[in-house]
Amino acid sequence: MSFLTTIGVPRHEIEDLLDLADEFNEVLSRPIPKVPALQGKLVANMFFENSTRTRLSFERAARALSADVMSFSAVASSVAKGESLKDTALTVEALGADLMVVRHYSTGAPLRIAEWVGCPVVNAGDGAHQHPTQALLDALTLRRRFGSIDGLRVAIVGDVRHSRVARSNVFALAALGARVVLVAPRTLQPVAFADWPVDSTDDLDEVLEEVDVVYLLRIQVERGGLSVFPSLPEYVSRYGITRERFARLHPEAVVLHPGPMNRGVEISDMVAAHPNALILDQVANGVAARMAVLFRLLGDKP
Amino acid sequence: MSAVLLKGGMALAPEGPIRADVRLRNGVVVEVRRCPEPDSTDEEAGSQAIDVSGLLVGPGFVDLHTHLREPGQEWKEDIASGSAAAAAGGFTAVVAMPNTDPVIDSGHMARYVSDRGKQVGVVEVIPSGCITAGQEGIRLAHLDELFESGVRIFTDDGRTVADAGLLRRAMEYLASRGGLIAQHAEEPGLSRDGHMHEGEVSSLLGMAGIPALSEILVVARDLALAEFTGASYHVQHVSCAGTVDLIREARERGLPVTAEVTPHHLWFTDDHVMSLHPVFKMYPPLRSGSDVEALIRGLQEGVIDAVATDHAPHAAHEKDVPFEEAPKGVTGLETAFAAVRSVLDADPRTVFERMSVAPARISEAGRHGRWIEPGVPANLAVVDWNASWTPDGFMSRSSNSPFTGVPLTGRVRYTFYEGRMTHDAEVTGVPSSVRGSV
Repeated sequence: MSFLTTIGVPRHEIEDLLDLADEFNEVLSRPIPKVPALQGKLVANMFFENSTRTRLSFERAARALSADVMSFSAVASSVAKGESLKDTALTVEALGADLMVVRHYSTGAPLRIAEWVGCPVVNAGDGAHQHPTQALLDALTLRRRFGSIDGLRVAIVGDVRHSRVARSNVFALAALGARVVLVAPRTLQPVAFADWPVDSTDDLDEVLEEVDVVYLLRIQVERGGLSVFPSLPEYVSRYGITRERFARLHPEAVVLHPGPMNRGVEISDMVAAHPNALILDQVANGVAARMAVLFRLLGDKP
Repeated sequence: MSAVLLKGGMALAPEGPIRADVRLRNGVVVEVRRCPEPDSTDEEAGSQAIDVSGLLVGPGFVDLHTHLREPGQEWKEDIASGSAAAAAGGFTAVVAMPNTDPVIDSGHMARYVSDRGKQVGVVEVIPSGCITAGQEGIRLAHLDELFESGVRIFTDDGRTVADAGLLRRAMEYLASRGGLIAQHAEEPGLSRDGHMHEGEVSSLLGMAGIPALSEILVVARDLALAEFTGASYHVQHVSCAGTVDLIREARERGLPVTAEVTPHHLWFTDDHVMSLHPVFKMYPPLRSGSDVEALIRGLQEGVIDAVATDHAPHAAHEKDVPFEEAPKGVTGLETAFAAVRSVLDADPRTVFERMSVAPARISEAGRHGRWIEPGVPANLAVVDWNASWTPDGFMSRSSNSPFTGVPLTGRVRYTFYEGRMTHDAEVTGVPSSVRGSV
């Protein structure tokens, strides 16, 4: 069994993982935040794309479960010598990995690895496709804040078209009963998404006062060169959560961001520092959420 | 050369299918004896009699679109292994695409390909030539040399001639000589970075798409250029409904336009890409269900003239990578007939028309695509119309076929090239004619 996508995962399975994550959050609050659940297991972190928080988060999660961690980054490996993905995966398996955490710039790379190796694979982000543990930690963050996700109105704002975070969150949050609206100019919306459980608009101001959650996606500033929007200042004027827009939100509404943030673009400094911006809660919950996934795939039945 | 008597089969004659014994001698069909009494046709001394009762004897298939990979990429395929694969698929002639390494953009390169084909001697290997030098889309290739070396189909296949002015000059130059401009139609501004059909599946997978529009725009532009210049124009591997409509309208206006479709575009949709398996990666990409329906209808009606395989071999390790990193293309020679017979609601004559007669006409392969009658060259495919089988091993050096494991109906039983048997489905392994050739 692997954890590769949020598409098609039933509500009760997501809720089971969230319940488990709650228990691990309790573990993480102890003076010695560690349990021997995965003692003797070897988790391989295989990162073919740069990452700070996801990689550190998986390492922390594995160690808090007492697993051993073997980390790998593409730049400092034989991949730089031209070793194929398949040979790399088979090598890591032969070294004794019990589970592989894979981040890759190509869509479906973790799925292909799961076809080649015998151990479970966790998708830590593939292309613009899926990042399922991100959706899990976001759901955990919202559930802890609101008690339930059922009926929450969530606006996902920004570069939905190129976002694995958006693709994972849309299906996880919808499965948990949220009402999701995608907010982006046409050029940053997916091309064809009639079957997705979402509404969509290109007008943030139209939905701003009605939502409980504003989920900001990172604008890949380098994409400006591809002319997906006219300029950063114009993007900020229509889609940035500025002080003024933040003031129009419901007082209980929260702002999420998967990081890394572009301050002054999708989010202003003032908003990022506000207690209703849960960005560091997301990071903290990421550890518990990933502990839940690792334990579910590697642990004995609870 | 010894004679062969094909006894008791159904021959696809000019007037239609007839029950007849067919005798081949010296590479030619010498006798078609209608409704013979059992064992009434003399078996000449020294001749081989083959019982083909229950089988169809038709003209050998002609592939307008084969990547033989020689010279330059022989680890994927070469002219010998590709010829064997073609024979196994009932083909007696293939048009070799020019995107080899180096590319076929000059006379001596074209002659190398046809000479290698003759040495191997299993199918006629007809070289195509580049439209532009180096397939770079900047200046014209050696069109005269290519023409004089037997090239009649000019294409930068795999790349689109995007510069309308350059394509206009190629069309003007070739219009009077009689060469055919064949286009791989993809507007680079719309398809750049794309890996699959742009639609609901690509949106779900987060992969950059190649919209149907990118093919439609190029074909629409090229049809206007062809009308303006008077050139003959051929659309390679039509993939979407909009292109079928454009071709239909152009035909009605009387333009000399032809088109081909691949078996895989008749069979699979972008839904198959949900598997993210690179065996479903090719350009143009697998499109939507409604596109597939339009392609099947277009082929049935003859708006699309011919089936072409776009046989594109790649080594296993090259496809054993994530989808976006995989090379494009699938093999197809050995499954083409069965795939087309299985998916097309058509009689044998129509299937042979689309797979043999029409592509022979388009490629000016005069020794092929002739209905069975005395005097025609003995380039034949003998097929079992109703046999069920499941492809699982190939004569091609590569096995990147989406039809692996797919149950199909219709199987090539024997192939004859210039009177010699080049394939026998009951005999596995490399045909002796390949093994023995130099």
